[in-house]
Amino acid sequence: MANDPIQQFQIVEIFSFGEIGGMEFAMTNSSVFMIAAVAVISGFLMGATRGRTLVPTRAQSVAELLYSFIANTVRSTTGTEGMKFFPFIFTLFLFVLTCNLLGMFPYFFTVTSHLVVTFALAMAVMTMVLVVGFARHGVRFLELFVPHGVPKPILPFITLIEVISFLSRPISLSLRLFGNMLAGHIVLKVFAGFVVTMGAAGVVGAVGGVLPFAMTVILTAFEFLIAGLQAFVFTVLTCVYLNDALHPHH
Amino acid sequence: MATDRDDLEKRLEALKSKVAEKTRPQEIRDTGQKGAAGIGLAFRLGSEFVAGVLVGALLGWAFDRFLGTTPWGLIVFLLLGFGAGMLNMVRAANAANAERTDDEPGGR
Repeated sequence: MANDPIQQFQIVEIFSFGEIGGMEFAMTNSSVFMIAAVAVISGFLMGATRGRTLVPTRAQSVAELLYSFIANTVRSTTGTEGMKFFPFIFTLFLFVLTCNLLGMFPYFFTVTSHLVVTFALAMAVMTMVLVVGFARHGVRFLELFVPHGVPKPILPFITLIEVISFLSRPISLSLRLFGNMLAGHIVLKVFAGFVVTMGAAGVVGAVGGVLPFAMTVILTAFEFLIAGLQAFVFTVLTCVYLNDALHPHH
Repeated sequence: MATDRDDLEKRLEALKSKVAEKTRPQEIRDTGQKGAAGIGLAFRLGSEFVAGVLVGALLGWAFDRFLGTTPWGLIVFLLLGFGAGMLNMVRAANAANAERTDDEPGGR
């Protein structure tokens, strides 16, 4: 088995649909896992809610908990107005969470460990924020960048800083998710690699190999925490940005 | 009569300690959740700041490239990006503080 910690992020082409405008258009392992994530989410939610019993079964109560958890988050950060966007936010949360968790299976590909994917998600969020903001408030949405009660001489600087701050949102949103998933999986692989290397170095090495093995176990648990946490942070920040679009006055 | 009162007192004590026992796991779970939220907040603050500086640098670089004002655009926009990163960070921290005070009445 390859002991290269970066190799797990390799995009592998499975079959090609041909070329579109000089660009290769192919089914890759990344897109397979995206489809798998969507299939897992739809399959689970549809299966869990099919019974619709008053006293929920185990699967149904997981689905209900997920729903009410995100619904509460949306309501507490954007108010009841934001519930119009609940389907989008719930989908986003479940997609990111499922991709993160699918990546925790050995030999599985982690979709969210690629910056293109997370940046595309972040840009989808920002596009929605801009469209909603301008649709609701028109040009007055730009008042988001002009804070009240700032002395005239420094107002241009503050406005510029506010614009940069707004532009940095998709970057921080995508970088955080991508960085966490990438770094976590590399560290996991490196420590797991130590176990193999030390085990090959005789009896002393094999005994010493217990240490990196324990570390791998701890890191695996930590990665599960990070997988859930980053999906949640992504969702909360989407709500916060959406709140800015709905109520652009600080 | 006196023994009755003593008995009642004893039972009350027993009940109090039982209630305390029942409520303690709740507290432990709370601090556990706060630990996870703390990691989340730490990642958030860090990336928020880095993103501000990155966007500032990118804007400055593009500004210089199109207007040929090397290196002034980069210098000015890098500083502005630093400011934006700080602003992002302060906002995130303020929001987190507000959330915490909402959770615990009277504690900041």
